[in-house]
Amino acid sequence: MSAWLVVLAKEVTDSLRDRRTLFAALLMGPLFGPLMLAAIVSLTVERSLERSRETVELPVIGLDRAPNLAQRLRAADLLPVVFEGDMAAARAAVHSGRERLVLRVPEDFGARLAAGRPAPLELVRDSADREGAEAAARVRAAIAGWSGRLAAMRVQVRGLSPDLLAPLVLHELDVATPASRALLFLGMITYFLLFATLMGGMYLAIDATAGERERGSLEPLLSLPVPRQALIAGKLAATTLFMLAALALSLAAFAASLSVVPFAELGMRPNAGPAVLAGVFLVLVPFAMLGAALLTFVASFTRSYREAQSWLSGVLIVPTVPIAFAGIVGLEPSPAAMLVPSLSQHLLVTELLKGAGVNALHAAISVASSLALAALLALAVRRRYCRESILGV
Amino acid sequence: MIEAEGLSKRFGSVQALDGVSLWAAGGAITGLLGPNGAGKSTTLRILATVLAPDGGRARVDGVDVVSDPLAARRRLGVLPHGAGLYPHLTGRENVAYFGRLAGLGGARLQRRLDELSDLLGLGQFEHRRARGYSQGQRTRVALARALVHEPANLLLDEPAAGLDVMATRGLRALLGDLKARGICIVFSSHVMQEVAAVCDRIVILAQGRVAVEGTADEIRRATGEPDLEDAFVRATGAGAA
Repeated sequence: MSAWLVVLAKEVTDSLRDRRTLFAALLMGPLFGPLMLAAIVSLTVERSLERSRETVELPVIGLDRAPNLAQRLRAADLLPVVFEGDMAAARAAVHSGRERLVLRVPEDFGARLAAGRPAPLELVRDSADREGAEAAARVRAAIAGWSGRLAAMRVQVRGLSPDLLAPLVLHELDVATPASRALLFLGMITYFLLFATLMGGMYLAIDATAGERERGSLEPLLSLPVPRQALIAGKLAATTLFMLAALALSLAAFAASLSVVPFAELGMRPNAGPAVLAGVFLVLVPFAMLGAALLTFVASFTRSYREAQSWLSGVLIVPTVPIAFAGIVGLEPSPAAMLVPSLSQHLLVTELLKGAGVNALHAAISVASSLALAALLALAVRRRYCRESILGV
Repeated sequence: MIEAEGLSKRFGSVQALDGVSLWAAGGAITGLLGPNGAGKSTTLRILATVLAPDGGRARVDGVDVVSDPLAARRRLGVLPHGAGLYPHLTGRENVAYFGRLAGLGGARLQRRLDELSDLLGLGQFEHRRARGYSQGQRTRVALARALVHEPANLLLDEPAAGLDVMATRGLRALLGDLKARGICIVFSSHVMQEVAAVCDRIVILAQGRVAVEGTADEIRRATGEPDLEDAFVRATGAGAA
């Protein structure tokens, strides 16, 4: 067996026997993202459903002056209750937050309504209060609906068409397809996948230098009649292998969470069939190789396991930077964007999840640029291993 | 056989080695003796090819350690100071890993593992994970690991550190055994008695230089001290002055 395969086999055996590595790499990393996603989506769904169904109490001054009002409000899930006090008291109550809204029916409301003149209603609200804004919108809609009906009836009584009241109509057309709306949430998946991938190999990368050095096994290893590049190749291969295993588990967990999470309730249809998942895996393979080389390189500069751990935790955040940037400026896939690792994978995975299919040229550039950078970093690791300072003397 | 001529090595502003020359013959035990910081570990690391000397040269069985480190390492077994094992592997797996890396495999590797197990008395614990080993057990497995590819030369950096009396006696007997097989052994220590008990030749280092070398008798004569410990103090003290 060639030396790099011996190293690979040993690193895999060693890591599989280490509960801490297993837990972090193959359990926590892959499950973190899907659980977060499931929690966020479920919460959003629950809240939006709850809010639209919930009956809101609405304190009203002079409720008895408008007998039909109570009925109209109830139809809009608003429960009118009598407010004891005058307008000043209402203002103070809303300002202090004791009441969200107070509706006032003026004394002359009935008279003006009967006379066919505009009958005013007054709503006291705090525009800084977001939940109040939702209730206020409901009140507005209920009053507008009532007003519209009254207007139509009055026009009809005079022998005219109610259409006269609507010279212009604005129809809104929402072009978001269910799948692309789901992207808002599915967009998070890319980062969770990259995170899980890196986490999968983090402990192996630390072990490759800082761990071996701290344990005192690095010096005997380097004294063996084995070329350094064989040792590095084996260690990088083991790290990559663990990263890919974490990625595969993570994808499986996402697929499972998508079938449980009530996406349909939000009008979404995530695109995550076996073919899409396989495509996402393949797109991320070069990223895993790059990640293994990067983490091993960074870890080689640290003096202890702990130091390596804190440095690498920082490195785990690096892939978010291009993704966040892409999100802010609304970057579209382009050949230039494919030159940036993590960004290119993010864009390609997003296309796949959208169900849009992947541009072959883009995929090729992404693979080539990530592999080129991985190779450069692997060479840098080799240089580190060939220096005396690798022993920490 | 190991030869070194005029080795020098500087770490930053510290001149760790300043022209160290020594030789160690096959079938003999050579002791590197000196106080902490005298340059023992640095010398052994240069011989083991993990450090490159700034000046001077060293050969293992005639192979230059700088120009052909791989060939030199093939002839060397190394037990560095504080050598550690992989805690999740058993003792035997630890030794087997190094054996495979050195190119052994199959029945030949298993035969070698059995030999080493007999030689070092690993039978009791070699199938347990290394995590729970005592210092003595760790040292024995680390020695087996250093010997797995049957090197003709053995470098041991403070092998007796942390060993209890029985383990130290076991180590001494083992070194005698290996010597009888013709192996060239260089081992370092800062404890005089340890070196005196097993070494055929002693090289006393002080402040990166060879203060005095020779057999115990030769050193007594050279320093004019009938007691070896006094000779050690005089030799290293002279180096410090």
